Amino acid sequence: MTRPTPETLANSARRARPAAEPPRDVDRPRPTATPTVPAVRTPFPAPAQVSGAGSLVRSLEALGVEVIFGIPGGSILPAYDPLYDSTVRHILVRHEQGAGHAATGYAQATGRVGVCIATSGPGATNLVTPIADANMDSVPLVAITGQVARPSIGTDAFQEADIQGITLPITKHNFLVQSAEELPRVLAEAFHLAATGRPGPVLVDIPKDVLQASTVFAWPPTLDLPGYRPTLHPHGKQIREAARLMAIARRPVLYVGGGVLKAGATDGLRRLAELTGIPVVTTLMARGAFPDSHPQHLGMTGMHGTVAAVYGLQKADLIIALGARFDDRVTGRLDSFAPDASVVHADIDPAEIGKNRHADVPIVGDARHVIDELVGAVTIEQSAGHRPDLDDWWSQLQDLRKRYPLGYDEPADGTLSPQYVLSRLGKIVGPEAVYVAGVGQHQMWASQFISYEKPRTWLNSGGLGTMGYAVPAAMGAKVGRPETVVWGIDGDGCFQMTSQELATCALEGIPVKIAVINNGNLGMVRQWQTLFYGERYSNTELGTHKHRIPDFVKLAEALGCVGLRCETAKDVDRTIEAAMSINDAPVVIDFVVGKDAMVWPMVAAGTSNDEIMFARGVRPVFDEDEA
Amino acid sequence: MTMHTLSVLVENKPGVLARVSGLFSRRGFNIGSLAVGETENPDVSRITIVVNAESSPLEQVTKQLNKLVNVIKIVELDPQVSVARELLLVKVRADRSARGQVLETVNLFRARVVDVAPDTLTVEATGTPDKLAALLRDLEVFGIKEMVQSGTVAIGRGSRSITASPALRAA
Repeated sequence: MTRPTPETLANSARRARPAAEPPRDVDRPRPTATPTVPAVRTPFPAPAQVSGAGSLVRSLEALGVEVIFGIPGGSILPAYDPLYDSTVRHILVRHEQGAGHAATGYAQATGRVGVCIATSGPGATNLVTPIADANMDSVPLVAITGQVARPSIGTDAFQEADIQGITLPITKHNFLVQSAEELPRVLAEAFHLAATGRPGPVLVDIPKDVLQASTVFAWPPTLDLPGYRPTLHPHGKQIREAARLMAIARRPVLYVGGGVLKAGATDGLRRLAELTGIPVVTTLMARGAFPDSHPQHLGMTGMHGTVAAVYGLQKADLIIALGARFDDRVTGRLDSFAPDASVVHADIDPAEIGKNRHADVPIVGDARHVIDELVGAVTIEQSAGHRPDLDDWWSQLQDLRKRYPLGYDEPADGTLSPQYVLSRLGKIVGPEAVYVAGVGQHQMWASQFISYEKPRTWLNSGGLGTMGYAVPAAMGAKVGRPETVVWGIDGDGCFQMTSQELATCALEGIPVKIAVINNGNLGMVRQWQTLFYGERYSNTELGTHKHRIPDFVKLAEALGCVGLRCETAKDVDRTIEAAMSINDAPVVIDFVVGKDAMVWPMVAAGTSNDEIMFARGVRPVFDEDEA
Repeated sequence: MTMHTLSVLVENKPGVLARVSGLFSRRGFNIGSLAVGETENPDVSRITIVVNAESSPLEQVTKQLNKLVNVIKIVELDPQVSVARELLLVKVRADRSARGQVLETVNLFRARVVDVAPDTLTVEATGTPDKLAALLRDLEVFGIKEMVQSGTVAIGRGSRSITASPALRAA
């Protein structure tokens, strides 16, 4: 055991926990590329003669994996035999897409590496969507797939698919294992790559005959990644330049992205914000990185951001981007985005800097280190008397906040308002819970009308926009944080894509709660049809209202869950409280809401952020417009 | 748009070329030429890519290339301080009447005849793309039956070596 490990082995998940477990620190520091010894399993197991499959499972154990989500099949079958006796918990899902999103939800809720496993061919291709999803949202995911035996590769054998080739553009890296001897090293490398630097998905494809071969399992392996050296520590000169700009800016904004959460930099962010008094906006991926209740938080920015947050970025003279990537949903039309702003862009991925928007001060580094060093540099500027006067800026922003708060009109037709449901859910359930949204209107309302106060309490599919994400991701989050209440918030369209995983939840004892915001339609698409396609509702009505097909209450019951329904405002609190009182089974609430509610504010796709609409036909009045 | 020559040092592993070339097409770049081979360290291969691009999108591609785990190092070679060569094999019509003139052209360009048939000569030439283009232009009058060209390979001038970094030394 005394052998030091040459490199980090990421995901030191199975730390010995004291019997009375303290609240889990979900905002933990991210593993870095500096050499450390994995705090797992000491002493390391002695080298032993095993099969390739045995080596795989022992490697997962040595890496501290506590759970994997998957489905067996022909090529991966040898791995399931040693898994049968392993300390690694395997959760048998109903569709491989569910395994992938569950691993993603687990990773996003805990900060550890999520693991999913599938067989070759269709098993592997069913993982493609969650892998692409994890890639867009930089989620540490390891996907293990079986492959046909080496002699059959390239022969169009039964259930053969070139999953390495297929996932080339959507993984951080992928491996086709060539021999059983490589397995411990490849798995250690996969976990290291997934968790460090800019996190992301890594696929490990293992031919069946490699799993069946006889090999020696020895741990720890030596990582061999000569081309992989993430930059964690920012350049001091750039930090000083950023602090200098922050000291003279008149209209600065901290533009906070998901990288701040991944780096565990939320405490530092708060220090930086309070030290400087600079307004903060958060992206969809960064909800929870800065408390919604904090007076400096202007809210979410982007296509459906608050007027104050969108305007704040748009009129800024200095944007300090931290772990954010100037995504098109944030910038609107790029050539008119924040025309007067200088940009300080800090990201761990050098390729993000200057990709969409020129960076005047590029900073490559881990957000935690960047923010800590910015705090130091700003303190030095301030002690030299360089402290900008932001009063005018704040009074403009406060005025906008007051005039254009997030809100909604009660539906004129007396139907239940989806925004009301989500505000009540947030109030009753509170900021300790984890909220996991699908994609569409319900996702935007959930990001707007629930207050997020803590990191890793808001999970969603941001970059890829994967409908069907919520149920399996909520399952994974609940597995990772069993003591935490986990609410999935789904639309009736999304829910029907992956609701089968509720059977998994029911059988495996994973009591998630799912709020289906059922408006009978593919709501966001319908909203666009209302606004941009002359109210021609082509193929957006799902029949979940008109025909009550499926009946979500019955469906929930059929899947082993408790099914509840709520159709009026007066029943909302009672129904949520009923769901909160059930902890021994998954619960589904069918919130039957009006179909005409829309998400506001909105910057229509392809237009400038200057064109933000506060509500239909209502453009905010900004100061210069009035003049 | 200008031509840029990138030397990409990569791990000598299966599939690496696909990762590199795939990245170019995914990001909308056309590869002008590509050559790949082992280096003095058998664990390291060197890919020379010539690409026609503006410098700012090229920077983005270089950064994306750097993110590939198997890519160890990327150097853009400045044509002023590097040597770039291509290899050309060309089968030229050269019957008895034309043979003398073909050989004269071959000699003029310091090319070599590597195969002789009754009605053709196969010529090998190395040089800069400009020189090879000039040779081809002169041979075209005799009739080119077949030709094949390698991608550009290039190396910096002087004693400095781009492979001299710890990560690149043989284990």
